[in-house]
Amino acid sequence: MVGLLIMDEINNLFQGFAVAMTLPNIGFMLVGIFLGVLIGVLPGLGGANGVAILLPLTFGMSPTSAIIMLSCIYWGALFGGAITSILFNIPGEPWSVATTFDGYPMAQKGKAAQALTAAFTSSFVGALVAVLMVTFLAPLVAKFALNFGPPEFFAVQLLTFASFIGMSKEPPVKTLMAMMLGFALAAVGLDSVTGTLRMTYGQESLLKGFDFLIAVIGLFGIGEILLTMEEGLAFKGHKGRISLKDVLETWKELPKYWATSLRACLIGCWMGVTPGGATPASFMSYGTAKRISKHPENFGKGAIEGVIAPETAAHAAGTSALLPMLTLGIPGSPTAAVLLGGLLIWGLQPGPLLFTEQKDFVWGLIASMYLGNIVGLIVVLTTVPWWAAILRIPFSIIAPVIVVICAVGAYTVHNSMLDVVMMLVFGLMGYAFKKLKYPLAPLVLALVLGDMAETSFRQSMLISKGSLEIFVSTPLAGSITVLALIMLMWPVLGFLKKFSRG
Amino acid sequence: MKTNSHLQMRWMELLVAACFMGVSLLVITDSIRVGKAWGADGPEPGYFPFYIGCLLFGGAAWVILQTLRGWKQDDGEESFAQNHEFRLMLLMLIPSAAFTVSIYVVGIYLASLIFIAAFMVWQGKYSYLKSIAVGTGISAALFALFEIWFTLPLPKGWIETWLGF
Repeated sequence: MVGLLIMDEINNLFQGFAVAMTLPNIGFMLVGIFLGVLIGVLPGLGGANGVAILLPLTFGMSPTSAIIMLSCIYWGALFGGAITSILFNIPGEPWSVATTFDGYPMAQKGKAAQALTAAFTSSFVGALVAVLMVTFLAPLVAKFALNFGPPEFFAVQLLTFASFIGMSKEPPVKTLMAMMLGFALAAVGLDSVTGTLRMTYGQESLLKGFDFLIAVIGLFGIGEILLTMEEGLAFKGHKGRISLKDVLETWKELPKYWATSLRACLIGCWMGVTPGGATPASFMSYGTAKRISKHPENFGKGAIEGVIAPETAAHAAGTSALLPMLTLGIPGSPTAAVLLGGLLIWGLQPGPLLFTEQKDFVWGLIASMYLGNIVGLIVVLTTVPWWAAILRIPFSIIAPVIVVICAVGAYTVHNSMLDVVMMLVFGLMGYAFKKLKYPLAPLVLALVLGDMAETSFRQSMLISKGSLEIFVSTPLAGSITVLALIMLMWPVLGFLKKFSRG
Repeated sequence: MKTNSHLQMRWMELLVAACFMGVSLLVITDSIRVGKAWGADGPEPGYFPFYIGCLLFGGAAWVILQTLRGWKQDDGEESFAQNHEFRLMLLMLIPSAAFTVSIYVVGIYLASLIFIAAFMVWQGKYSYLKSIAVGTGISAALFALFEIWFTLPLPKGWIETWLGF
């Protein structure tokens, strides 16, 4: 029975390869990877806002080609983040901050090539493990989720948001506030159930509500540029060139660290599926590797494990974040949230039905995840010097160009100048929020999921005639709700513990 | 660092929390207006946002209380941004805002050209020739990409009309 199921998945996967392997799609894959690495390398452009900016360009494409290109941008950005971390000690992406701890010291010791090879290879391994998990687990989750009613969906959404509060590094109250702001912004405009106008205060321009793409471009793009400007960065980096010899020598060494790698994969997959995302996964994995290592004193001074652990976990988390997005319609990371927004725009309803109704799309995407990561690995290993050269372009040129790109991206979402203005406002917000430790990811997720969460909540309330008991009425919804409440109470428990110790 | 040469964290904390509180009040007021209770055919439109607004208000109040409670111990040393850092940030923000306004006036292509070239001359101390060359190159690339390749029209001004587009 299980064997049959697996055969089924492998069959589907091969059909997916047939979809992904067509010439145009391989072209989109390559374009995506190159753009992705570029985005990952440049400050101010990251996975989430990079995909958001390029999303309007895909409106005319077939959804399958579009998702292949956009997800490849995501993989590319994950790879690209490591380059700047190791060579320049500047994390191009938040999830590569932990890579700077040991990657940059390695480069200082003249081992940049080893560090880069180790980073790229571990990213690849992390992604591969996560894709394997997606391949075999996602159809099961989707099948399981077919039985979900509104209370179960709301419970899962509650779990998503509760685990943000429970797991976040930022103060829980601020996480809650950022999230509620996202929900509030999502509620602005026409209420889809009753057709009432909400919170528009007579402003016609608010009828459509706030578009999360604009928020993402502003919060992550403009916000990041403002922060970078403030640091007055002068990019000084090490030479990055990888010879075949470096690659082969590093590869010979890597199997020694299989245990670190395996742990990192597990942490990454877990954090990706529960919406922790790539950034906390990389930190957690780095911390665990250090704690378990026989030589923790080497960490921070150029230990290769200190590169393997965060990179593997970040990539595993980034990839597995697509599992809940595809099966439940709940993205595990901001970038997955943007991809989810893309699905909705292309007219696809994410969720369990996607697996039965849009087989080509789903399996084309999954197959492209395998291919995209192989292509990505080859691309980054061979082209590192180029990307390092891009970072030598002074910030006084890069900064205005990125602002222009963000403005164009914001404009093209709805062909509206007001969106460009909104983008700047969100940019200033992103800047202030970063400094005051309000997390951005829950805001974006709440903005994306707001309508969906509200609809499932209201439908549940309709079924139960206003009683909250419905969320514990079935074993399934009940157990998810309880899990969510535990997550929610997690910071309170920590607080009590600290309190009782005095 | 002297206390007066930076923006204090505690003031910014209060300011942002106050903004949150303002937003929460807007949300709550409007939710009450559209009805936050249980209507004839189920929850009214303000049902869900009302509680969102309340949570937002509670969170903001908590942050304000915490900041005020720690006010005495915190002697204002913790900085949100040093003054020179904040100036650098404004040096990016204000030109970006000016760029946005100029899109309305001259269209996005010319605005980008001017913005990039001016920023390069002003912040990067590049020569006029080099700056204008880079600005023109980027604008032309954008034009080729959007108007010609993707045929997604961006806001245009008199110069594009003059050139015959």
